[in-house]
Amino acid sequence: MDFALTLGIIVIKIAVVFGIVLFHVAYATYFERKIIGRMQARHGPMEVGPHGLLQPFADIIKLFFKEDIVPSHADRWLFYIAPAIVVISSMTALSVLPFFEGFVIADINIGLLFILVITSISVYGIVIAGWSSNSKYSFLGGLRSAAQLISYEIAMGLSLVGVILMAGSMNLSDIVKAQHQYPLGMFAFPQFLGFFVFVVAAFAETNRAPFDLPEAEQELVAGYFTEYSGFRFALFFLGEYIAMLTMSIMVTLCFLGGWTIPLFMTNALPFLSYVPGIVWFLMKVYAFMFLFYWIRATLPRYRYDQLMAIGWKVLIPLSFANVLITAFIMRWL
Amino acid sequence: MTPVPLEWYLMLGAIVFIIGVFGFLTRRNIIMMLISIELMLNGVNISLLALSHYMQDMRGQVLVFFVIACAGAAVAVGLALMIAAFRNKPTSHMDEMDILKG
Amino acid sequence: MLPKLFFVYFAVMIIVLSLLVVTRKNLVHSIMWMLLLFIHIGGLYLFLNAEFLAAIQIIVYAGAILVLFLFVVLLLNIREEFGQRWFIRSWQGRGFVAAALLLAIMLALQYIVLAPMGKYSIDYIQRETHAKVLGTVLFNEYVFPFMIIALVLFVPMIAAVVLAIKRRKA
Repeated sequence: MDFALTLGIIVIKIAVVFGIVLFHVAYATYFERKIIGRMQARHGPMEVGPHGLLQPFADIIKLFFKEDIVPSHADRWLFYIAPAIVVISSMTALSVLPFFEGFVIADINIGLLFILVITSISVYGIVIAGWSSNSKYSFLGGLRSAAQLISYEIAMGLSLVGVILMAGSMNLSDIVKAQHQYPLGMFAFPQFLGFFVFVVAAFAETNRAPFDLPEAEQELVAGYFTEYSGFRFALFFLGEYIAMLTMSIMVTLCFLGGWTIPLFMTNALPFLSYVPGIVWFLMKVYAFMFLFYWIRATLPRYRYDQLMAIGWKVLIPLSFANVLITAFIMRWL
Repeated sequence: MTPVPLEWYLMLGAIVFIIGVFGFLTRRNIIMMLISIELMLNGVNISLLALSHYMQDMRGQVLVFFVIACAGAAVAVGLALMIAAFRNKPTSHMDEMDILKG
Repeated sequence: MLPKLFFVYFAVMIIVLSLLVVTRKNLVHSIMWMLLLFIHIGGLYLFLNAEFLAAIQIIVYAGAILVLFLFVVLLLNIREEFGQRWFIRSWQGRGFVAAALLLAIMLALQYIVLAPMGKYSIDYIQRETHAKVLGTVLFNEYVFPFMIIALVLFVPMIAAVVLAIKRRKA
């Protein structure tokens, strides 16, 4: 009975998180088009509903009723599985992320490592999508993307080591608690190097501008999902946006203090402590999502050799330096 | 809640190891042979971890950690050798690499 | 009963998947089965209270080693072993050798004697978290092996670069 109750609670939590995330993904696409439109002095979607508010649903309906095409010489099974790998892995990452005090589906001790595990598995979805389509564009896009993801995963993992050192735990809830007790309230200040590296790596990991080389339209049509159509294409899209959301949440949890705000702020303005934690959390996540759109509308794309040079010659040495400095200060100062 | 006997884990480790040996002996593709070596190492890892868990000792787990690190090193060198060999003769089949001059 | 059920699931899956890995003709399929195999082995590690090693298993094996395999297979374009026997001709004999080895190991397992229990009980590991316990042991008792491992990882890195770099014809 006890077991059944626990299971029921977990299922309800999963349903809640799933629903909220799908809603967020749908409107993330809408706001992306709106914000980029405004930045380029146009309106963005305006036709469906007031100010185009129903545009995401129109898109979903369109994508689901499109024909599902499989290329003639494709490796059929792998072609079917690849989008599933991308979506399942990006959704699994949500299971260890705490949204506010005590609300997390699986409160595990290695939550931070789990995110890295999941990102390393999602690489396969991309490589396999590129390979199984049996098309040059997909193949090159897949290889590019995989090389990029692997390179930046190292920098991302190393930049989080500083956070682990400061918090003394890999549990994401404990990391947030450790930040709350820290005088400045956020690890972004003492870990500014790690923060910088993580943000850049997050952009590369989610294949977003200015690192959206795998999807460079002018060279590779659409990268690894060139041959996909209909709802399989929608699955890749979903995976990419959930990954963006996951990265925003990771930045919020590991560097920006999660659902807490710095103690000096609540000391100065006591009424702030009555604001529920989820509000701060969502504000930080939305701000970071806005950064994704902002940079996409602002910066041009890097060349592939520049991308690799940034990853291996700048970010990885920087994150190593960050680990060394953090360890040194924690030990002797 | 009766625990799983230790022997089951050891047998599982042995079976995975033997499947690796079988693959290594019968496949003639270099990549498949390297994969078989990984399988063998995984079989050993399962045994080590099970023993470590049942004897309540951390040494086995430290050894697993080292084995995983060494496996990475082995694969990196093996694949680099394979690429170097592939440049001389584009085949990945062991039996076709029968010339002694580069 | 429940632990045994879980174990049987993981054991059957691991054996079936490893058989699939060594018998597939298409290397990419083989590698994909291997990915599933590694995830299952990681699950088995979780079952043994080694959550840190489970994560490391998947990060290193699936995230690094297997991707390396996949890259080499894709870049060298070894799609399938067209027109070749993918097993050697006398595979039955070799299989027999492997089976005999399995029998020998199984017989040897009957005579296994466990050393006295160590001090890292399951409760202790769960209280201290596995990563912390493993790190404490690793960095206190095994510092020197750890440094050697660092060297063991560093030298192949150079070796791989030297081997794989395109040499210009003199």
